[in-house]
Formats: sequence, C-alpha cells, structure tokens
Amino acid sequence: MSDRVSDNLERVGRAAIAGVSEVGFGAVLFAQSIFWTLIGHKRAQPVRLKIVFERCMEVGIAAVPIVTMMSITIGMMLAIQGIYTLSTFGAEQQVTIGVGISVVREFGPLITGILVAGRTGSSLAARIGTMRINQEVDALEVMGVNPVRFIVTPALIAMVVMVPVLTFWADLVMLAGAGWYISVELGISMGAYIESLREIIKVEDVTHGLGKSLLFGILITLVGVINGALVEGGAEGVGRMTTRSVVLAISAIIVTDMIFAFITTR
Amino acid sequence: MSEAAVIDTPQPAEEREKVIEVRDLVTHYGPREILHSVSLDVYAGEILVIMGGSGSGKTTMLNTLLGLVRPTSGYVRLLGEDLNAIDDVARTKLRQKMGVAFQGGALFTSMNVLQNIMLPLREHTTLDETTMQIMARLKMEVVSLSGFDNLMPAELSGGMIKRAAFARAVVMDPRILFCDEPSAGLDPVVASAIDDLIIDLRDAMGMSIVVVTHELESAFKIADRICVLDRGNILMAGTVAEVKASDNERIQNLLNRRTEEEILDPDEYLRRLTEVKD
Repeated sequence: MSDRVSDNLERVGRAAIAGVSEVGFGAVLFAQSIFWTLIGHKRAQPVRLKIVFERCMEVGIAAVPIVTMMSITIGMMLAIQGIYTLSTFGAEQQVTIGVGISVVREFGPLITGILVAGRTGSSLAARIGTMRINQEVDALEVMGVNPVRFIVTPALIAMVVMVPVLTFWADLVMLAGAGWYISVELGISMGAYIESLREIIKVEDVTHGLGKSLLFGILITLVGVINGALVEGGAEGVGRMTTRSVVLAISAIIVTDMIFAFITTR
Repeated sequence: MSEAAVIDTPQPAEEREKVIEVRDLVTHYGPREILHSVSLDVYAGEILVIMGGSGSGKTTMLNTLLGLVRPTSGYVRLLGEDLNAIDDVARTKLRQKMGVAFQGGALFTSMNVLQNIMLPLREHTTLDETTMQIMARLKMEVVSLSGFDNLMPAELSGGMIKRAAFARAVVMDPRILFCDEPSAGLDPVVASAIDDLIIDLRDAMGMSIVVVTHELESAFKIADRICVLDRGNILMAGTVAEVKASDNERIQNLLNRRTEEEILDPDEYLRRLTEVKD
C-alpha cells in the first residue's frame, strides 16, 4: 500500500517537474524568438520576411473561410439565445447590448483562438515533430542555421499579427450574423442595429478582445512548438503530440481568458 | 588505462594537416557512457570510414563530431576550432565549412529539390537568385540529379534523396563532408554509385570526408583509412589492408559477420527466464 502511495507521489512529482520544464522551455523559445527578431540581422541570421509572409498566409488568409463560417453561425446563435432569454422579461430589444459586448470581449477572441489552435497549432506541432524525426532540425543546426530563428520566430510573428486580425474579422462577421437575425426576428433595421452597437461598444472592449487574442497567438505557437520538439517514436509520436498540443493550447486559451478577464475587470 | 588509450590511432609517417582532432572524448546519454575516451585524427583530403556494429557508438561519435551532442569530457577540433568552446558567430562560420549528408537525407519536405540545395547559399551568402540557382544546378550535375529541380522530396527514390542530400551538403564547397550511412537501404547498384560519388567528390573537390557506415563492402571500397569502433572504444584505425590483417578477434568477428559467442551461466539464464517483474 505504502509502495503504491509513494509510486503515485513520485509520478505526480515527475509530471510536475516535466510541466515546469516545458513552461521554462516555452519561455526560452519566446525570449530567443524576440532575440532573433531584433538581433538576427546583426548576426547574419535575419528572420526571412518571405517565410513570415508564407506563415501569415497559412495562419490568417487560409483560415478566413472557416472563421467566417463559424463566426456567422455563432453570431446568429448568440442572437437566438439572447432573444429567447430576454423575452422572459419582455426585454428582447436589449439583445444588442449583450451580443455586442460579449462578441468583442469574449466570443470573437475565444472562438478564433480555438479555431487557430485546432488548425494551425496542430499543424505546427506536426510539422516540427516530423522535422525532428526526419533530422531536418539537425540538418539546420549543422548548416549553421538556428532552428528557432528559421522555424519558430516566423511562426510566432505570423501568429502575433494574424490572430488579432482574424479576431477583428470574426468580431465583424459575428456582429453581422447576429444583426441579420435580430433584424429579421425583431424587425430592427440594420442601420439602427449598427448605431446601437456604436453606442454600446467602447474602444476598450475591442482592445480587450484583441489584447487577449494576441496572447492566445503566442500561447498557441509556444504550445505547438514545445509539443513538436518533444516528439519521440515516429509517426505515432507525431500523432500523440499533435493531439496533446491541441488539447493543451485550448486549455491554455480558456484559462488565460478567465485570468485576463478577472484582472482587467478589477 | 582505457582500451582506447592502448589501441590508439596510428599516426601516418608524413606530417599532414589535421582537419579533425578528437582527444579523450567521453560522451554520455543520461547516465550511460557511450564513448570511452576516444582519440582520433582526420587528415586533409582523406576519406576516413568509421565502422562498427550496431550499438558501437558510431552515430554518437558522428553527432559529437557535428556538435549535436556535447561531450562530457575531451574535445573535438574541426579545422583547429573546438565547436563547443567558440561563440555562436564563429560556430556558424565554422559550420559553413562543413557539409553533412544524413542517413535519411533530411531534405526539407516543404521545399523542392532545388530549394533544398539552395538553402545554405540563401542563408549564408548574399548572392542573387540566378547565381544561387546556377551554383545549385552545378552541384546537381555533379550528383547526376540534373532536371529534377522541381520535384518534392516525397517524389524522389531512396538513391535520389541521398544524391540530393549530397548536393546540399557540398553546395557551399565545404572542407569537411560527413556522411551518415550513405549506402544503407539502397540496392547494390545504387549503393555502388553512391560510393563512386563519394570518391569523386573527394577527388574533384579535395575535401576531407568522414563516412559512418556498417557496410563492409562500401567501407573497403571508399576508405583511405578505417576506424573500427566497438562498444564505445576505437579498436584500431588504419588502412584497409591493416584492418583486414588485424588479429584482433572483435575486428575479425565484425569483418566476417560473426556474432560474439555469449557465455551463459545456466543459473543466470534460468533466473532471467523466471524473473517476475512488478
């Protein structure tokens, strides 16, 4: 019995140490990425803009269709639920307040973050894991090309730029989807709806959402890279770490979202 | 005194430039010691084959020479510089004088053949695109891969992947070329062609080449000298004739593809079979 307890304690201890070391690894990657962005050209290892643009296309432009589709759907869903709930008090006309604030502060960044984590975070983990197994990372190292500068930094820059841009787009589309449903259901004109949104939504609400999305972009990249770098055991290992990367990234997004909301509303 | 220290690399009579100098190298993976105080020299313009069976420490040796594994003690000097003791800028410069052809090619799967071969030029030179393409195509010509510019690595055969890896490894005209199991997994004809390519690269470009392999035929064909590794020790380093003539039992076992006889204690054997693990 005591053996089992000590085994479990040891397991928990090992997992805790592994977790802390992964967080430390993430911090080092982040610091190195900033270093290479700022100092790379002085060390004859600049971050290539071409690669950054390619990553921006993958992270941002290629995700526009799915983000648009999901955002319209969620916008309409928010309007449906809002009208249904407020109808209990006969206050359906106030639905714009709930929809407007919740979209720009919460749903826009959260849904975009989750979609990017599932789409780009997983692909980043899989790509780096495969590169590790195929010795491509070793090849970069022995060529004198810093792998963080070549692989991680462009992905991080692309995420930091494109996740807030996608989030802003998702905000607009969600609000449009909600507006369309509200105008049909409650007979409010789109002009009146937009005017009402302009009164309700403040610049701080938008920056709150975009600030969160920037953090989500950094988190998704680091979680993807860490899991990709930890891949062991061939294709099965790539699959395992890709799944882990998505689960961890989404969990990290939700926890960060809560902490961010708690701190910024104090 | 360690075995490696007793049977060390014989120095050639003439004084030649040492491009690689390995001294008292000890390497660990976790608590396990893989290389036990290994010393070795590689001279300018020679092809040195590091040979040994599975688990002999060949790959660890190569990774340590490449600076991918940090030695516990001892040092590796490439062209007079210790990879582990110099700063990042000097290390990057030194690495431009080295080329590596990995066992699986390690081609970047998101780039086509030409882009793969051009990558070192793109990263380390300020040449214009056309000049880089010309230089990459020249190397593709050397490895008989002309006309395959736009193929992706997934579309290449095993032999073509190795050739592309060679072209990328030599595109910067390195002074030292490292090859990890260059003919492993290839049919005899293609394997022989790869061996010829290694000899041609040395003859045409005058580079020093270190080849890690367990393929005897290939080793005997290309080597100027062979270094025989066994259980993390260098058993001997010498010419092909010297290695073949060695009376060391383990070398003869390796050359004649004999497994070592394991002397089993019957009690130990029975204990191993019946052991119950928690």
